[in-house]
Amino acid sequence: MEGKRFRILIAKPGLDGHDRGAKVVARGLAEAGFEVIYTGLHQTAEQIVEAAIQEDVDAVGLSILSGAHMTYFPKVLQILRERGAGDIMVFGGGIIPREDAEELKRMGVAEIFGPGTPIADIVSFLHKRLS
Amino acid sequence: MDKESWLRDCYSGRPLREDVIFTTLSGGEQDPLYTPEDLPGFDYQHELGYPGLYPFTRGIHPTMYRGKLWTMRQFAGYGTAEDTNRRYKFLLERGQTGLSVAFDMPTIMGRDSDDPLSEGEVGRCGVAIDSLRDMEILFEGIPLKDITTSMTINGPAAVLLAFYLCVGEKQGVSFRELGGTIQNDILKEYIAQKSWIFPPRPSMRLITDIMAFCSREVPRWNTISISGYHIREAGSTAVQELAFTLADGFAYVEAGIAAGLDVDEFAPRLSFFFNCHMDFFEEVAKFRAARRLWARYMREKYGAKDPRSWMMRFHTQTAGCSLTAQQPENNIVRTALEALAAVLGGTQSLHTNSMDETWALPTEKAVQIALRTQQVIAYESGVAHVIDPLGGSYYVEHLTRRMEEGAEEYLRRIEELGGVLAAIEQGFFQREIADAAYRYQKEIEEGRRVVVGVNRFRDPDERLEIEIMRIDPAVEKRQRERLARLRAERSNAEVERRLKELKEGARGDANLMPLIINCSRAYCTEGEIVGALKEVFGTYREPVIF
Repeated sequence: MEGKRFRILIAKPGLDGHDRGAKVVARGLAEAGFEVIYTGLHQTAEQIVEAAIQEDVDAVGLSILSGAHMTYFPKVLQILRERGAGDIMVFGGGIIPREDAEELKRMGVAEIFGPGTPIADIVSFLHKRLS
Repeated sequence: MDKESWLRDCYSGRPLREDVIFTTLSGGEQDPLYTPEDLPGFDYQHELGYPGLYPFTRGIHPTMYRGKLWTMRQFAGYGTAEDTNRRYKFLLERGQTGLSVAFDMPTIMGRDSDDPLSEGEVGRCGVAIDSLRDMEILFEGIPLKDITTSMTINGPAAVLLAFYLCVGEKQGVSFRELGGTIQNDILKEYIAQKSWIFPPRPSMRLITDIMAFCSREVPRWNTISISGYHIREAGSTAVQELAFTLADGFAYVEAGIAAGLDVDEFAPRLSFFFNCHMDFFEEVAKFRAARRLWARYMREKYGAKDPRSWMMRFHTQTAGCSLTAQQPENNIVRTALEALAAVLGGTQSLHTNSMDETWALPTEKAVQIALRTQQVIAYESGVAHVIDPLGGSYYVEHLTRRMEEGAEEYLRRIEELGGVLAAIEQGFFQREIADAAYRYQKEIEEGRRVVVGVNRFRDPDERLEIEIMRIDPAVEKRQRERLARLRAERSNAEVERRLKELKEGARGDANLMPLIINCSRAYCTEGEIVGALKEVFGTYREPVIF
């Protein structure tokens, strides 16, 4: 990979403990040359934004399988803007109905990757959008 | 002719499909053919025996499905207690024979619906239960003396069990008549499912308190459902699922014995819960090996005398992680195959996933198809007429042995690490599972593992044509209002008194179950009861590994 190594925060918001997807994506992105920070479980939106700013990341990926996506994505977007970090891109994945994904994209989420997404697709998306 | 010469003279050198890896889903090498030569020293009486008799390889009951079919038990819950009560009645009217409660994340984590951390999660992936009041509504019109109920609850299992016992009390059903299961398997929470509350040691104390209380007061209750399901969903192989689950089971047995209980007092009420993934024969072999290993260890290592302590009874759920978001209708077929393997493996109860669960909680239509899948297997296919019909297959017997050997190898490694708790602290299970999950993903990405509709046979014009369930966003507000009413109406002095007694008990060595039941009767909320215990026990934080 040429030039800057992009920094990505993979985060698990809320009470949900399903972390297979988050971990597989974190590892896949790291292998593809990204610098990856994984928050671990049970993070509040405030903690996630704090970590994103502290770690100076280019993008935040949220993984939510508990159905709380319509609360957490908007909250993270909002707090990022409030903290003057609205340029950090937010993307995500999980068990998210298509209608909700469309709505989240209208709110400013860059992309929602559902089950079955190849990591290669996420890698090329991040390269395209962050370059 | 023997196998070696057949391989040499007839098989080798012929063209084989090049795009396939001939291994089991878990990566085990496979021969093209199995013969009696693959079962050296095979001893029917010793390895298989007869159904209902040690070592139970062929099944735990003498009559198996001729006597009683497996319990058809669909895991269900969403929204408020009223919403889920309607779903239960829908399922029971359609021939379901047991209940299984899916709680929402706040309930699973011991938090009330009005807790700030519950925001956005109330009633979303299961039903919201804050107190005995919600539990009364959940089972309204469902006589608890006629049905068994399984509850997927771990950290706060004692609290939800107390709520259930109190609902029984209100329906005039004594504790002794109530039958069911709490998952209550905290070890696999640290290993895979990650919904823990307290640190391991006080969690184990709660578990032994429940085992002791139920063996005296609620004799038909399964006090732990030792679960491989979540280990597999988190990405493990079949052998890892088998080994880690057995290791957890033996750890509970050792904890019970260390707490001064007689093994035959509590072991007959331990039950198991496995996943059933797509590799048909590997899964059947896993179930058969599980029964044989449990029986052997319980009799020979732990000295159990009661045959019921040797018998592994288990529930099975088809593999959620095998389902695809792409062409979701195909999930009906995947689930049917997995369900068939579970039945051929001799399961005692079964949940079949719905086709739409990669998108949301299931619709009525989808869950009805899932239930009908079980009914077709049970009533039309004829597979339930003969016990362990795959027994004696060279391949299945060989694979059963291999599963057993693989699991025992892991059991030895876990022992070398100092046992299950020590292995958790060292991140052993977490690392093994994360590695296996990543390996599986790589195989799919590289096209070595085919998933129809995902990396082969994709539909370029695919449109999602199934209905997706929506949860009413007003659920959270309604549930918080109900909770506010409860807090205003109940005797808060009584609540305080019962919580204080619970804390005192927790600081000492009293059995906590009776104290929690008193809290439940006083309409203490789940969050209050768990909060009181957290004050004494503290909470757990895991090391981050990926």
